[in-house]
Amino acid sequence: MNENVFTQLAGETIAIISSLGPAILALAIYIAVILAAQTIWHLARSKVAPGDSFNSLKTVTFGDESTVVSNTTASIVSILLIFVLWGSFTGSKLLPGFLHVPGAYTGEGNFTYTMQTASGDTGTATVTVAVHEAGKKVSKPKVDKGTGIAGNDALVVQAYRSKLLLWDKNDAENRKTGAQIIKVNGQDIARGDRIDVGFANVAITPKGTLNIVPHKGVQMETIYLPPPEMVWDRLLTIANEGYQNVTLGQHLGFSLWRVVVGFLLGALVGIPLGYAMGLSNWFRGWFDPIVEFMRPVPPLALIPLVIIWAGIGEEGKVVLLFLAALWIMAIAARSGVSGVRITKIHAAYSLGASKIQILRHVIIPNSLPEIFTGARVAMGVCWGTVVAAELVAAEKGVGKMIVAAAKFQNTDVVIMGIVLIGLIGFAIDVGIRMLEKYLVPWKGKG
Amino acid sequence: MSDLHIDNISMRFDLPGGGSVQALKNVTLDIKSGQLLSVLGPSGCGKTTLLNIVAGFLAPTEGNIRLEGDVISGPGPERGMVFQQGALFEWMSVRKNVSFGPDMKGVPKSKSAPNVDRLLELVGLQDFKEKAVYELSGGMQQRVALARCLANDPDVILMDEPLGALDALTREKMQSLVLDLWKETGKTIILITHSVEEALLLGERLLVMAPRPGRVHKEYYLPFADLGVGNDLREVKKHPDYNSTREEILAMIWEMEEEIMGRAEGDN
Repeated sequence: MNENVFTQLAGETIAIISSLGPAILALAIYIAVILAAQTIWHLARSKVAPGDSFNSLKTVTFGDESTVVSNTTASIVSILLIFVLWGSFTGSKLLPGFLHVPGAYTGEGNFTYTMQTASGDTGTATVTVAVHEAGKKVSKPKVDKGTGIAGNDALVVQAYRSKLLLWDKNDAENRKTGAQIIKVNGQDIARGDRIDVGFANVAITPKGTLNIVPHKGVQMETIYLPPPEMVWDRLLTIANEGYQNVTLGQHLGFSLWRVVVGFLLGALVGIPLGYAMGLSNWFRGWFDPIVEFMRPVPPLALIPLVIIWAGIGEEGKVVLLFLAALWIMAIAARSGVSGVRITKIHAAYSLGASKIQILRHVIIPNSLPEIFTGARVAMGVCWGTVVAAELVAAEKGVGKMIVAAAKFQNTDVVIMGIVLIGLIGFAIDVGIRMLEKYLVPWKGKG
Repeated sequence: MSDLHIDNISMRFDLPGGGSVQALKNVTLDIKSGQLLSVLGPSGCGKTTLLNIVAGFLAPTEGNIRLEGDVISGPGPERGMVFQQGALFEWMSVRKNVSFGPDMKGVPKSKSAPNVDRLLELVGLQDFKEKAVYELSGGMQQRVALARCLANDPDVILMDEPLGALDALTREKMQSLVLDLWKETGKTIILITHSVEEALLLGERLLVMAPRPGRVHKEYYLPFADLGVGNDLREVKKHPDYNSTREEILAMIWEMEEEIMGRAEGDN
């Protein structure tokens, strides 16, 4: 407990660095794939359509920012590869089998063990093991007991699990009488040893029982990572039937509604506040300390306080999102006002405009691009905050859905939820950008 | 008559680190209605400060300016201003920019529209009325700025290096346009410029200012502006007096610049 924090952190750091090894290997392979794909693309392209664009005539491209444009082929291949890897490591049925990485062993396998009695007699028996997928019941393989002092055994194991085999149940002598296993598949074995029998690892426990662990392969177990089609099926099911008596539409709708209401309230208060701060020394001085202090406080840090004050109902979440949006919008509006060129204001006065007219026709339109930039940031922050707040406490909402699913190990629902959260966040950003293009086409052109 | 009387104005700025700068000292000028005055001088001679005081954006520390007998105390629509660049409203079309003044006064569109159309035609932008200003070239934008200023029908037009950001060819065309507009409208124009040629060609009266403190150094009354109205400005430049006056003014400004440099070096 009293361990020095630096020693603790140093220990953690070493643990993290030492676990990086496999990750670095995987990363290196991934980069190799990227480069290989690039080489293939270049070769294919030079055959099919030799460069005729203007950029291809430039001799200096490295460092010339204008020649670097996102390669659509690379994007498509990149996304496809993610799904292929996902399918490959989950044994997806959407992928042809040869693309799967080795999965867990299923089917029947057998091995032999040799027992020795206390008096030194030996006998050999065969163990037949049926390994089945989770959720699929198989019947115990029928085996002939055979002759000799050791009887043949049969065993049913679920993939990714292990099972103990009480081998001496049907044998002439048992462990109590001093019998013990000395060989598995003809190899010598002692208590605590382990032998690979091809489809499984067979070990002898300290008490002398056989422990059979079928090979797991390198695929992910469904409970950790379900295959894509399972996530898709789950999406369809939940879209139709809902999850835990709440429809998907309700989950998403509640999250979006909170974001929109919180953001709108934040903008409604924040924008006038920003204008006041941009136009008046007194207001600037009054609110600067408050805004500058509140802005770096992450909205997530306010969740406990908001729960204490407002409970876990809708008010609390809307208040939280309001606070998340408020400071961002205030600062955006303030810099929008401060950014107006003095020549524009002078020109407007010289043309006979009043203060109100200047506010209405010059300052506000001039600040709109900044406000849209702020709105994009604020919506992004609000979306992240609402999901986090729902993870902590909520009755409905997409964050609530995934945290509830996680409690029941419904990994497919969790992944589906995360994908939906990402897609909606992306859609919000694209939506605001399109609105921006339509409403403030002069952005960056003044 | 809308004569402009600049009466013994001085302008002193306090510097943040203490001390002060005398931007203008005892400047007295009478500008007759309809006169085109160009103001020239090395940087720091206070010419932009003078213009800002006339426009009403700055109050002089001493003296006052009267237009038609009224003391100027702030910006007003009777003194229009054309800036070097960036003073147009990007969120408005060309037409809306030009009709900004009348719109702010509450003139109904039906009344202001013919005048706006006429002015846009005068500056050659009749085909660009509905375009956004950021779609126009720099020269076209300055023509919008001129039309916007004229649409308000000011008594005095103040130009702060309006052609300074334009390329040489566009600039020459715009100089002709300024002369034509001056003749056509009969407005009083005060033009601040860095270019000796521009000051000579456009100013029927030319003021050379000297720095530290900013003051009027020399005054010329020139024939070139009248000669240039409706004519090729390159022909005007062949006038026997043109080159000699230009050389004289250039030498004067060079001398002042060198003096500033020398003093600045001496300060170190």
